[in-house]
Amino acid sequence: MNAKKARELIVKMVSAAKASHVGSSLSVVDILAALYSGTGNISPDNFKSDERDVVIMSKGHAAAAYYSILHITGFISADDIGEYGQNGALLGGHVTSGIPGVELSTGSLGHGLPYGVGIALARKNDIKQGRVFVIMSDGECDEGTTWESALLANHHKLDNLVVIVDRNRLQSLTDTELTLKLEPFAAKWEAFGWTVREINGHDVGQLNDACEASSSPICIIANTTKGKGVSFMENSVLWHYRSPNNEELVDALKQINVGER
Amino acid sequence: MRDAFISSLIDAAEVDQNVTLITGDLGFGVFEEFAAKFPKQFFNSGVAEQSMLSMAAGMASAGRKVFAYSIGNFSTMRCLEQIRNDICYQKNPVTVVSVGGGYAYGNLGYSHHAIEDFSVMRTMPGLKIISPADRLEVESAISEIIKKPQPYYLRLGRNGENSIHQAKPEYKIGKLIQIAEGKNGTILFTGSIGLLAVAARNELAEQSINIGIYSVPFVNAIDPEELKRIATNGNIVVLEEHYYKGGLGSEVLEVLNEYGITALVHIVGSKRTNISQVGNREYLLTENEISVDRIVNFFRNSSKY
Repeated sequence: MNAKKARELIVKMVSAAKASHVGSSLSVVDILAALYSGTGNISPDNFKSDERDVVIMSKGHAAAAYYSILHITGFISADDIGEYGQNGALLGGHVTSGIPGVELSTGSLGHGLPYGVGIALARKNDIKQGRVFVIMSDGECDEGTTWESALLANHHKLDNLVVIVDRNRLQSLTDTELTLKLEPFAAKWEAFGWTVREINGHDVGQLNDACEASSSPICIIANTTKGKGVSFMENSVLWHYRSPNNEELVDALKQINVGER
Repeated sequence: MRDAFISSLIDAAEVDQNVTLITGDLGFGVFEEFAAKFPKQFFNSGVAEQSMLSMAAGMASAGRKVFAYSIGNFSTMRCLEQIRNDICYQKNPVTVVSVGGGYAYGNLGYSHHAIEDFSVMRTMPGLKIISPADRLEVESAISEIIKKPQPYYLRLGRNGENSIHQAKPEYKIGKLIQIAEGKNGTILFTGSIGLLAVAARNELAEQSINIGIYSVPFVNAIDPEELKRIATNGNIVVLEEHYYKGGLGSEVLEVLNEYGITALVHIVGSKRTNISQVGNREYLLTENEISVDRIVNFFRNSSKY
């Protein structure tokens, strides 16, 4: 899959809707591209199957990234993408169920992982195929339910559950380590009994490899850059909120076009 | 009530392998039989109520009919957003179960007094509250829930309450269940507090005031036609083991107002006179002015209207 096209859509959608979270979306988009083009067995054709892979986008504020990928994979129409964030539109600023391809409404952090634990637990007991992928932000790991769920997944040996943390190290106001220290992050998940794999979250190949099966739940720490692909948005908290104006949009599109991804 | 809940659930789980019970680490001496009989249908989330409710929702989305169980406030307020977003918005068939509604755990203190739960659960989108009057109504409730999978809040008392029914009543969402007839007014009650209504009725009957009694298990889904009929029968007392604002009384007033039905209504609920009080259930009911006297006095003093 071409994440470059998704990046173009993201900046256009966010700019047209005067919406926020463009940096978060550019951060997570390669993770989504990897799941929907490689590792994940999920498409409009098998979405009703109870043995398909399930993707839960717990990082609900990066809706523009998710919807772009769902458009490219054939779930969401171009018309709906064009109306993103407008009055009466199907698509809004946080991931919402009822939209084709969406499993769970998110936007309040800390819900996706326990929900995914429930699906994985039911499937394991019912001896059903299909894995559950939960995409989380690193700031989301401040939530207590993240660690409750980490206990639950290990206790029930949920080898059908994969968490991918978009580790861009920036949250609402500043660096994650200045907000509520997460490090040593990998060691925490390991201590909870998870298989931990740390990779470059913008490398689709590494992401796919990291999803290889394990006998325990898997936590992939995907190191990313917030705002990846647009120089003036990269590693900047401002672009958690700010929407690109016309001039900035043109510049962003130019950079995405000449960029590698 | 708790024993009726688990025995009904065992019956249901025997015929439907999707019936699943998750407990937030409670139910010692109650759930052992269920756990032993249905190991793939029983889970203990540990003391992690928020994750329990999200997990219940996830399991329900995968085809299970889930009952998520804890005490009073722990399965409701502690995880209200999980109920709103993951259960209600997603329309997942999860029944949030709380045991010890009202002052059932009176001497355990304020943390265990569940007297504001209706007020927050009443407005959860698509969620139906069921508050059974006795163990026979609990059996009716479980049958109804299994038949119509959707989000529910099942508020149970504790154990050993006296029954108000002789036989298992028929449950239909919205319908009130008649306990006694009467031409001079009506008591609407919910939960295991109906015997106070019966006592009040008996006292009033001695003064030739004949009061009808209904159990109202569907706290946030009252059929307005039923209220219309009841309003033609004189004044109304709403009796509930809940703070007098925000519960069944408020629901009744809202329905009356919405449908333009005129009635004089008196809510006999907890006055929350002193939230630090401990004591057994009977003591706390009296201290918080949920009493036979209040019902009797209202009908006596309002009979001239």
